[in-house]
Amino acid sequence: MLPTKGGEAHSGTVMLNGLPAVFFYLFAFVAIASAFMVIAARNPVHSVLFLILTFFNAAGLFLLTGAEFLAMILLVVYVGAVAVLFLFVVMMLDVDFAELKSGALQYAPIGALVGIILVGELIVVLGGYAFSPRLAATTGQPTPPLAERANTAALGDVLYTHYLFAFQLAGMVLLVAMIGAIVLTLRHKANVRRQDINQQVARVPETAIEIRKVRTGEGV
Amino acid sequence: MEAFLTTYVVPAVLVLLQSVLLLVVLLVLIAYLLYADRKVWAAVQLRRGPNVVGPWGLLQSFADLLKFVVKEPVIPAGANKGIFLLAPLVAAVLALSAWAVIPVSDGWAVANINVGILYVFAIASLEVYGVIMAGWASNSKYPFLGALRSAAQMVSYEVSIGFVIITVLLCVGSLNLTDIVLAQENGIGTRLGLPNTLLDWHWLPLFPMFVVFFISALAETNRPPFDLVEAESELVAGHMIEYSSTPFLLFFLGEYVAIVLMCALTTILFLGGWLPPFNFAPFTWVPGVIWFVLKVCLVFFMIAMVKAFVPRYRYDQLMRLGWKVFLPLSLVMVVVTAFFLKLTGMVG
Repeated sequence: MLPTKGGEAHSGTVMLNGLPAVFFYLFAFVAIASAFMVIAARNPVHSVLFLILTFFNAAGLFLLTGAEFLAMILLVVYVGAVAVLFLFVVMMLDVDFAELKSGALQYAPIGALVGIILVGELIVVLGGYAFSPRLAATTGQPTPPLAERANTAALGDVLYTHYLFAFQLAGMVLLVAMIGAIVLTLRHKANVRRQDINQQVARVPETAIEIRKVRTGEGV
Repeated sequence: MEAFLTTYVVPAVLVLLQSVLLLVVLLVLIAYLLYADRKVWAAVQLRRGPNVVGPWGLLQSFADLLKFVVKEPVIPAGANKGIFLLAPLVAAVLALSAWAVIPVSDGWAVANINVGILYVFAIASLEVYGVIMAGWASNSKYPFLGALRSAAQMVSYEVSIGFVIITVLLCVGSLNLTDIVLAQENGIGTRLGLPNTLLDWHWLPLFPMFVVFFISALAETNRPPFDLVEAESELVAGHMIEYSSTPFLLFFLGEYVAIVLMCALTTILFLGGWLPPFNFAPFTWVPGVIWFVLKVCLVFFMIAMVKAFVPRYRYDQLMRLGWKVFLPLSLVMVVVTAFFLKLTGMVG
């Protein structure tokens, strides 16, 4: 999906230069730095805010690759809805995260060791990794060039034309999961006062109001 | 070097100049819309409204601006200082940044991007952060309650706004705001053999969606009758209680910029953007941008009138309206519109 304006493809890798490169390094750097701050921040609310910053930069990276639809959906779904609920819950929780984290530092050497081993393995694996030169011929639905089909339409082709049933099936699975979650948590308590809006709206003055003539000084 | 200048520097300077022009016009317009809002409100209540600063009080908004700026900003001792100061900036900057893609006339958009409507929708859904951050960082009860209310309210009404936008997009077939306006050149009116008039715009075929969008826009921007976030009688001023001076001004500005943004979005989606109401002689002489501003003012007038004569909703009524009335209604309309377009063959 790559070559953007100023991008240049050769031998399987994509070179960015000029302004896109500047923005790529900016977004990538801020994304990594804020992702680090998500786990490093002492205040959980700060962590969530850094997470949101990470999402933003991921959206920026999507934009650079020309996938503007995904970038916007990332913002709408993750930042606009999921992270709001996240923030909501974290603000409401009365957990002393500082206390939870206080003993964490003694595990730092072991953590660092595991981390270094994982990074080493990643370098070994990714160092020798390259796309197969025959990849483009073997993909079932090659990505059309950006100039021919906007990526929103291209995504629509894949999801709603070529793989409609798989997509609908995924939707059904999610629906079943959602109904399951509701069924599991729904409790009908007896003796709970409930509002019936129709009943309220259907009230008429004849039944709702009683008019009495009260004589002065006597009361009801 | 010369290539660098022509490919990067010149476009950057042009975009910068366009943005500054847009911002200046927008902010002056908002100063007067704010004045109009107060005047309309006053007129409905048989008051005079602002009438002291300048002739007929025309300079009132600028006097307010000056007053906010020269006052002392007070930061509560218990507040989380960084986020406390970041929140008004988030509110104002997000509201202003959405204007980058709004086409005020044919080709007059700072950035004419393919996913314009999604960009505006994304920015509108982020505006809740200003409120939540302010409410939490103030470290005080009323702001926090306001923040909790706004989080639920804005997320709820975004859902129906999303479905309304999808209905419009089904009719248009593009996410570009300019395309959405141009698609309204032909419609019901021209199918009946009339010339291009206001009958072609989306408000007529999608009238229920127009109403849902208008009401959801009120809820999304925390305007009365849905201003439960800052309901005076319950929460004093909601998330803005602890704010004073310029930070308060930024919140206030952000709120009004967001409201005018929603007016502009209503204009683009349903009222034909910059298209003249009748496509013949005296009306076509007026430039498109004037029509656009006039339509925005019309929608703003409706919003101001709603504020003046509709009592505030209760919170449970607000949630019921959002989830039990608007969501099913807009969902059904998406399905109905899609079937209609498919069966009549208007969309392939």
